Amino acid sequence: MDRYEIWRFDGERGAAAFRISLPDTVGLMDYLESSPRVKMVVPGSEDSVQVSKMVAPGSRDTVYVSKVAEPDVEDSVYVDSRLSRDRQYQHLLVAHGGNLTLPYGLTAPESPRRQWIKYSTINILVAVAAFLASMLVLVTRARRGAKLFIRRIAGLEAVEEAVGRATEMGRPILYVPGLDPMDEVATVAAINILGQVAKKAGEYETRLVVPNRDPIVMAVAQQVVRESYSAVGKPYLYRQEDVFYVTYSQFGFAAAVAGLMMRDRPATNFFMGHFYAESLVLAETGNATGAIQIAGTDSDAQLPFFITACDYTLIGEELYAGSVYLSREPLLLGTLKAQDYAKVVIITAMLAGIVLSMINPGIAESFKSLFR
Amino acid sequence: MKRQGPIILAFVVGMLMMIQFFTPNPFFLSLYNTVLDWKQVVLGCTFILGTWSLIRYHLTRIQRKQDNWRYSYVTLAGLGFMVLSAGIWKTTTGPYPWLFSNVQVPMQSTMFSLLAFYVASASYRAFRARTVHATLLLVAGALVMLGRVPIGAYFSGTVFGVEISLVEISDWMLNVPNLAAKRGIMIGVGLGTTATALKIILGIEQTYLGRTD
Repeated sequence: MDRYEIWRFDGERGAAAFRISLPDTVGLMDYLESSPRVKMVVPGSEDSVQVSKMVAPGSRDTVYVSKVAEPDVEDSVYVDSRLSRDRQYQHLLVAHGGNLTLPYGLTAPESPRRQWIKYSTINILVAVAAFLASMLVLVTRARRGAKLFIRRIAGLEAVEEAVGRATEMGRPILYVPGLDPMDEVATVAAINILGQVAKKAGEYETRLVVPNRDPIVMAVAQQVVRESYSAVGKPYLYRQEDVFYVTYSQFGFAAAVAGLMMRDRPATNFFMGHFYAESLVLAETGNATGAIQIAGTDSDAQLPFFITACDYTLIGEELYAGSVYLSREPLLLGTLKAQDYAKVVIITAMLAGIVLSMINPGIAESFKSLFR
Repeated sequence: MKRQGPIILAFVVGMLMMIQFFTPNPFFLSLYNTVLDWKQVVLGCTFILGTWSLIRYHLTRIQRKQDNWRYSYVTLAGLGFMVLSAGIWKTTTGPYPWLFSNVQVPMQSTMFSLLAFYVASASYRAFRARTVHATLLLVAGALVMLGRVPIGAYFSGTVFGVEISLVEISDWMLNVPNLAAKRGIMIGVGLGTTATALKIILGIEQTYLGRTD
């Protein structure tokens, strides 16, 4: 695709202030929707630049293409969604300055063509494929018996102690699997940890109470707890009323769980998953009851509250590592190791970006665009 | 099949949802929208399950005369009355909207307001300057808080010939060290999310199906 250049005009004098280039105009393609669309990104956020569409190739009649606001994008983004597949279109850049309006940069006549891949997501596709490949390699290595080192996570080391404490005190364990529904990965991670905690609770024959905010999560939690008790040979310990639904209301749920903590005085509280403003209500109430508390969340806004009010906190990715760490399943350890390698790649890319920025900002900008 | 079925289903649906993210093909788009519609249908059905769970929980409490069992009557009566009033008088007129606006909303607001007290007690514990780390936290917290309120603008001084205000220090602390730490956490979360999703799609992780062995 051709590269076009456009000059910004300084008032009526027509003096060029600086140059804007339109990189690789994307052509007319289906974009995101089933109807044809074209998206053009003009570097910079100059109001003096506008994109127009020629109604017919070579025609003098033009229609302005609307500029759309995209979060975290500083460049000007224009999306033309009024296109038909059986017609040809040309798009041109127009510069305004004072009373001057000059057309620049005309694209070749094209008809919209079906797009099979969202080109804007190719970098994500490559990253996911590379991550998947590294995961499979490490899982295979783990299967062959390779020893994989996993760093110590204090919050997960304390699970055994926390369950044991509840057993010694003859009090229940409270497990809150977050407030998000089952389609959130943090909830899946919380349920995975619940399976391991339920196994330990089953081994020690300690009552495990799981209040839920989402009915689907409740159904899954019931199944997981039941299977965990069966796995340790104690299916008779399972009581369906201990894994129950409370309410979908955020603060209604917080009030109910806080009340449960005050009445039943569980010796151990687990808060795993995604939490919102109620996190501090739950953690502070648990703290007031003297329970040992282990929290884990991927919600960065709630982490400080949990760190303050809980004995141990799993920060971000540690939540996802929880079930792997507790089960020590070799196959799963391989996937955890893949995350570590991915972090090495990310850190290397960040360092490369810093060095390139100092050496050659132009190349650094191109390098940065690989990750957009 | 009972063991393999859910894994195959998770693989097929997971792959389809992953493909739809990378392609604008109308087939995958409509499939995605259909799955979202079905999710709503399933959610609606599971609310019946949830309500039944709630009823059974409180009936058990009443039956066994557990501690504070009388409050279970209040829960069941409230649940029953709200359902009946919505059925008899509709949700826009009668006691249903009145109870919602005058009972439920104030109660939720009360719980939310309690956060102020919890923040105060948690801050008191976190900010006790017993160790170097706690002292650093106290100083950083005090600077950020002062920089966020109007009086913070009045605190400024010249350091090595450069005039710095408390607002600028506060902004720097939030936008540089704080944001760097946050982004570090978010990168880890992103990788963890991707790994968990791939583990489920590939059937490596099966705990969510109740399999812990």
